[in-house]
Amino acid sequence: MGIRFILMVNKQGQTRLAQYYEYLTLEERRALEGEIVRKCLARTEQQCSFVEHRNYKIVYRRYASLFFLVGVDNEENELAILEFIHLLVETMDRHFGNVCELDIMFHLEKAHFMLEEMVMNGCIVETSKANILSPIQLMDKAS
Amino acid sequence: MDSLFQRSLDDLIKGLRLSPAGGEAAFIAKSIDEIRREIKSTDSQTKATALQKLTYLHSLHGVDMSWAAFPAVELSSSAVHAHKRLALLSASLSFSPTTDVILLLTHQLRKDFSSSSPHDVSLALSTLSSISTPDLSRDLTPELFTLLNSSKNFVKKKAILAILRIFEQYPEAVRVCFKRIVENLESSDMGVLSATVGLFCELTVKEPRSYLPLAPEFYKILVDSRNNWVLIKVLKIFAKLAPLEPRLAKRIVEPICEHLRRTGAKSLAFECVNTIVTSLSEYEPAVKLAVMKIQEFLLESDPNLNYLGLQALTIVAVKHSWAVLENKEVVIKSLDDVDVNIKLEALQLVMTMVSEDNVAEICKVLISYALKSDPEFCNEILGSILSTCSRNLYEVIADFDWYISLLGEMSRIPHCRKGEEIETQLIDIGMRVKDVRPQLVHVSRGLLIDPALLGNLYIHKVLSAAAFLSGEYVEFSRNLLELMESLLQPRTCLLPPPIRAVYIQSVFKVLTFCLYSSLSSGDDALYPSKLTDLVLKEDFQGSSETVTSALISDSDLDDGLNPRSSHQPTGNGEDIMITHEQTSPASSKKQQLTQKSIMNLVNLVETNLGQVAGSHEVEIQERASNVLGMIELIKPRIHNSMDESEGDKIKGELRASDMMKLMFDAFSGELGPVSVSAQKRVPIPDGLVLKESLSDIEAISNDIKLPVSSSFSLVRSHTVTNGTTIPEQLSKEEYEPSSESTSLLAEHRKRHELYYLPSESKEMISNDYPPAHEHRDEAIDEADDLVKLTKQSLDLRKKRNQAKPRPAVVKLDDGEEAHIAAKKPELNDDLISGAVREVLLGNEAASSSSKSKSSNKASKKREKNELTIDRPFESNMTVTNTVASEPGNASSRRHKHHSDGKEKKRPSSKKEKKEHDHKDKQKSDHRHALLSLRPLKNGVIFHHVLPLSIVKFDMKNGRFYQMFLWERLKGRDFYVKMDPECVEFCKAVPVHGLHFCHRNG
Repeated sequence: MGIRFILMVNKQGQTRLAQYYEYLTLEERRALEGEIVRKCLARTEQQCSFVEHRNYKIVYRRYASLFFLVGVDNEENELAILEFIHLLVETMDRHFGNVCELDIMFHLEKAHFMLEEMVMNGCIVETSKANILSPIQLMDKAS
Repeated sequence: MDSLFQRSLDDLIKGLRLSPAGGEAAFIAKSIDEIRREIKSTDSQTKATALQKLTYLHSLHGVDMSWAAFPAVELSSSAVHAHKRLALLSASLSFSPTTDVILLLTHQLRKDFSSSSPHDVSLALSTLSSISTPDLSRDLTPELFTLLNSSKNFVKKKAILAILRIFEQYPEAVRVCFKRIVENLESSDMGVLSATVGLFCELTVKEPRSYLPLAPEFYKILVDSRNNWVLIKVLKIFAKLAPLEPRLAKRIVEPICEHLRRTGAKSLAFECVNTIVTSLSEYEPAVKLAVMKIQEFLLESDPNLNYLGLQALTIVAVKHSWAVLENKEVVIKSLDDVDVNIKLEALQLVMTMVSEDNVAEICKVLISYALKSDPEFCNEILGSILSTCSRNLYEVIADFDWYISLLGEMSRIPHCRKGEEIETQLIDIGMRVKDVRPQLVHVSRGLLIDPALLGNLYIHKVLSAAAFLSGEYVEFSRNLLELMESLLQPRTCLLPPPIRAVYIQSVFKVLTFCLYSSLSSGDDALYPSKLTDLVLKEDFQGSSETVTSALISDSDLDDGLNPRSSHQPTGNGEDIMITHEQTSPASSKKQQLTQKSIMNLVNLVETNLGQVAGSHEVEIQERASNVLGMIELIKPRIHNSMDESEGDKIKGELRASDMMKLMFDAFSGELGPVSVSAQKRVPIPDGLVLKESLSDIEAISNDIKLPVSSSFSLVRSHTVTNGTTIPEQLSKEEYEPSSESTSLLAEHRKRHELYYLPSESKEMISNDYPPAHEHRDEAIDEADDLVKLTKQSLDLRKKRNQAKPRPAVVKLDDGEEAHIAAKKPELNDDLISGAVREVLLGNEAASSSSKSKSSNKASKKREKNELTIDRPFESNMTVTNTVASEPGNASSRRHKHHSDGKEKKRPSSKKEKKEHDHKDKQKSDHRHALLSLRPLKNGVIFHHVLPLSIVKFDMKNGRFYQMFLWERLKGRDFYVKMDPECVEFCKAVPVHGLHFCHRNG
């Protein structure tokens, strides 16, 4: 499985979105998130965006106050994941218009749906922003 | 009405944000209470909102929501799409594999799969892919199979990826769905193609071999596709496939290089580089191109590219060390990077460059980096130096003197936390490399005399090693008084008790050595003939072991009082000197142990140890008391021996020196490295019954894999008179003098082995102690080992004078390491790949594009059962004309037959068997046998014998032709592999002497 989990965490280290593609218990998740956040948030801009943790590689990127952290297995291409993170942010930007932490907080479901369109079973399924957003726009219209 | 007053999710979030610091938990608890109430509501809106809030709290605040699994299932059947969505999202975020209500979703998901709205279908697929269990997968496989053919690509691509999860949970699904998935490799839709390739990428990683037949399809994508996401995945697949099939590697290398040259996308370039360095490393031009790209990465300002470049370089380095050397400067510079990850990669890379020639230079550079780094990285550096240098018993180290000094230097680095590792290595080298002992003692002295070091908690371990080495190899010490003072200095009270105990033990050894040398040297001078004989007779063995021997040179004659050249008389042909070349002549004059200095020494020890003899630590107290006890015994005699007249002297002297000799001998046994498996080789003492009550230990021990450690324990191998060999802890002081050489030990053991073991049978002579492994020749092995060891040490002694550049390092054969079993692949993967093979090979006839690589394997899979026919087949033979070969001849051969694709096919007409009479059947059968069995090399066609005898009973039933392979012919038993179906059939027919046995695979 390429992508194992996707986290969005703010500067204070609070999780804003957590999507796992393998089953972990609540305790394991909490521990894992804590460790990773501690590791990644301490790093500076001049340092590289890859951290090895347990048997994961964490690829992360910071956008304003929000950190996007993606846990992948060792086979995964780090640069592709960075591109994926960027795509995710762009997609959310297009939908919310200059996305910020609050958008994700208050529209957590939508963020999950976007991810659902983009990633399945840890594999990236869709990379076109229009395709990702069309079901969500439909849904918005319906409600 | 409920919903009117219900808090929405937004309210909840706002409330959470407003709640004061620390009040969050209380707020959440309160909200959960509300939710518990609301979720029971019959109004679906209220229920949905409650579930929404709960999901939020679960996902971001780690609230347990396993109790709300049922409401989620309930809501999933809602007609309102938004509610359904919410419910399924909640399910996929919170369900665990053990959630029991998952099965209740089966029906709903099935309904959604056949929904006309693609969004419903897509939602159901997402949910299934995240919560699927084996049961769910099994039940929904038919629906997924239908969806794989969906006309909507939006649905199709998701179905393909959902299948990945289904395969994992329910490998049988492969048989059903695989063909349809393969078809999608030619899809023109990017989404579908991307999903399919993604799926194969995941499958290939787990078990590449099964997917080799699909290589042509992948190749087409590699050449045609311009989508980077897809290309990256395909490259990953090829990275796994290429090592399995050299021809494939040859074909893909060019397209990959082409992509690498063409692409501007860093991610694709990196993937190309990765593929080349991991799987195509024997293609020189491709590797050159990749290394060029790596160089570009390294020179970029982006730390990400630097990091990945270094990582790729590490992989190249294994086979192409020139690549690292070319980029040496960048790598070394990266040691100074701001990013610790990059530094670590660089460090690892630097370590791959290490060889015998440059190890000193590299370590020098690294130590200088270590000195200016932060503590953490400093220790990383030290750690990797230590592990690299000690790899394979210090294979990169030629100059051990230098390495020992380096270890000393390392332990003085302020941030050093590697005391334990350094300690282990110092002692290990001391035991393995005889030539380096003087340097060890020298470095140890440097560490011991520095009172400042005692304050550093982290190098106490190193000091412990230093103290041990100084005591153990005291004969190389240049200044015994100084050594003694440093061992007894007041600041040693800062040491933890176990290490203090080591110090005291060393004091004991040093003191013993001094007294012994001074006393016996005094003897030599005064009574050359008598005492020497005495010393010689009893001491010969011991000293020959302890001492690095050197030929006696006449100059040594002058050093009558030098403790190191002491107890041996000169002029005797078989003498061995306790002299080391490096230390002898120069230092001898300085440290003559006069009577006065000896007395000073003794007094020094007495005063200092007197203080600790009352220590609360048992170890310290006991050891100190031992030393003091010895001093008490020996002190008056020293006076006697030195002061009294000659006549009395002989008596007193004899006693004192005798006593000292005993003590000295106690320490003179050679300490050597001990194999981790040594314990296993110890024979059982007579009368000890270990096997009886532990007979089932074998079963248990099979389950537990013992960690194989390469560490050695410090054990003095010690032979006691009754012949039992027991490893004895060093710390024990009161053992008898033992100083047999290892070869004698081997001899001894051989002789006494018979004595220990009952003479019931031949095999009992072997060492049958541990039931875990059956090693019949253990005892002999052991002896061989020891002989080998002895030889080695003898060789060592001989070669010493030839100024060999690298000193010999004692090695042990560790059979243990061979026992590490390869990790078995996961059962599921096995199942998947097995099924995949079958499907691919089933396809084979139809799809000409598939390669026929592994067809044989798959066909073999079917032949699971093995039939043993156990009857005298000669007598049963009804047909005589075809029997050309005699059974005796046949029995002497083994025949391994590979099944062909042909064999699998049955004769098409079923009528035959029923209509024809015996003879005809025999013939048709025989013909078939001829078709299916190949003749052996020597021209004797064995199938004449075998199939006929089987025909005899088969003819009645007409099923003979299903037997298609025989494997072994031995005596009168032969083994026939047959269809499971056939076995069932044969079982039903009672035939005399027919046995069935099953064999897996």
